[in-house]
Amino acid sequence: MDWQDQGFVLAARRHGESDAILTVLTREHGRHLGIVKGGTGRRQRAVVEVGNAVMAHWHARLSEHLGRFQVELGTPHAALCMADPARLAALSAACATLDAALPEREPHEDVFDDFAALVEQLSRKAVDWPTQYVRWEARLLSSLGFGLDLSQCAVTGEREGLAYVSPKTGRAVTVEAGKLHKDRLLPLPSFLIQGHVKPSRDELVAGLRLTGYFLDRHVFAHAIKPGATEARARLIERLAAK
Amino acid sequence: MAAPEIDRLIQVLSRLPGFGPRSARRAALSLIKRKESALLPLIDALQGAADHVRNCSQCGNLDGTDPCGICTDERRDAATLCVVADVADLWALERTGAYKGRYHVLGGVLSALDGIGPEQLNLGSLFRRIEGGGVKEVVLALGATVDGQTTAHFLSDRLQPFGLAVSRLAHGVPVGGELDYLDDGTLIQALQARQSV
Repeated sequence: MDWQDQGFVLAARRHGESDAILTVLTREHGRHLGIVKGGTGRRQRAVVEVGNAVMAHWHARLSEHLGRFQVELGTPHAALCMADPARLAALSAACATLDAALPEREPHEDVFDDFAALVEQLSRKAVDWPTQYVRWEARLLSSLGFGLDLSQCAVTGEREGLAYVSPKTGRAVTVEAGKLHKDRLLPLPSFLIQGHVKPSRDELVAGLRLTGYFLDRHVFAHAIKPGATEARARLIERLAAK
Repeated sequence: MAAPEIDRLIQVLSRLPGFGPRSARRAALSLIKRKESALLPLIDALQGAADHVRNCSQCGNLDGTDPCGICTDERRDAATLCVVADVADLWALERTGAYKGRYHVLGGVLSALDGIGPEQLNLGSLFRRIEGGGVKEVVLALGATVDGQTTAHFLSDRLQPFGLAVSRLAHGVPVGGELDYLDDGTLIQALQARQSV
């Protein structure tokens, strides 16, 4: 078994003295693991940093084997984000989220392309990257089958005045319809339904709390890796303080 | 077929870093052959380390005394505190002989993947030391990795209310390094941290 694909490093764990077990999100082979010989050594350590774009060559005798990766650095996104605490927190949280959310060896080209676009924005310091990050999480939920329905009110069917999301169904609710239950509903920041709106810091945090609620409930609750929730918490803390 | 005692020795040695089953066998055989000159002094050294070496309650360093030799050394600059992830990093800085301040060992770095949060790090004693007064600068000597720099940013935020000077180690071209052979990430860091000459 042998293939080559473009990918992003999602995780690198030390294996033995000098090797690393690498998790790469590839375009055509999904989230894929493999051993990198000398992955924690001086020459390759900088390549296998989380978030880096790589060209990955995977080889194994049988397809069910863990296999070996040979990776070549494409864009060093980790280095490009390292100096900025907020962008570094976003890169770290996005990688940890994908690592926890995606099944192994199942290609999701839409998720890959969407993630590639997000990482690009983080690296080139796009002004609205926090907005894009929240929208990316909302689209990821959709790709995983837990999408939010923000098109109309779940109670009245109205398309105007949407202000809450039902924690049970993930559907939007208007101010009027949600009046009695607003303590139990999740606030819906307007930038998630109106593309042109520039969100405030509080709205960004509300957006992350909204997507985070459904990620926690549907994705992280069943994931073995606990780190994604913490990484997201650090990002929220950063954006709240920005 | 070796005696069970030899098997056990090989097994224990093979768990050490740098050892595999083959090298553990070679080391075990060498120790047994040179009982007086190698095995007995090793037993003595191991016993001494087990009995006396412990973590310093102030900085987290490993030493035979608590507080450690660095914390009690009056010649060292108590106003500068260098924060490192591990004792190995402290030793690396000490080898240079270029730093004359004191240290604080965190015992790791924040890691989303490994689930290491602030609670798992030696942070409480760091803040207590700073609150105790006398510290004017904190040097964050943490790795140029995503986790290392996440920890550095986290600490620089937490240290802000104390009004100290907080610095971090420079990232960039290593001594003897030729640009042509450097990875893109290091070059980017070096460019971002360029200095006027």
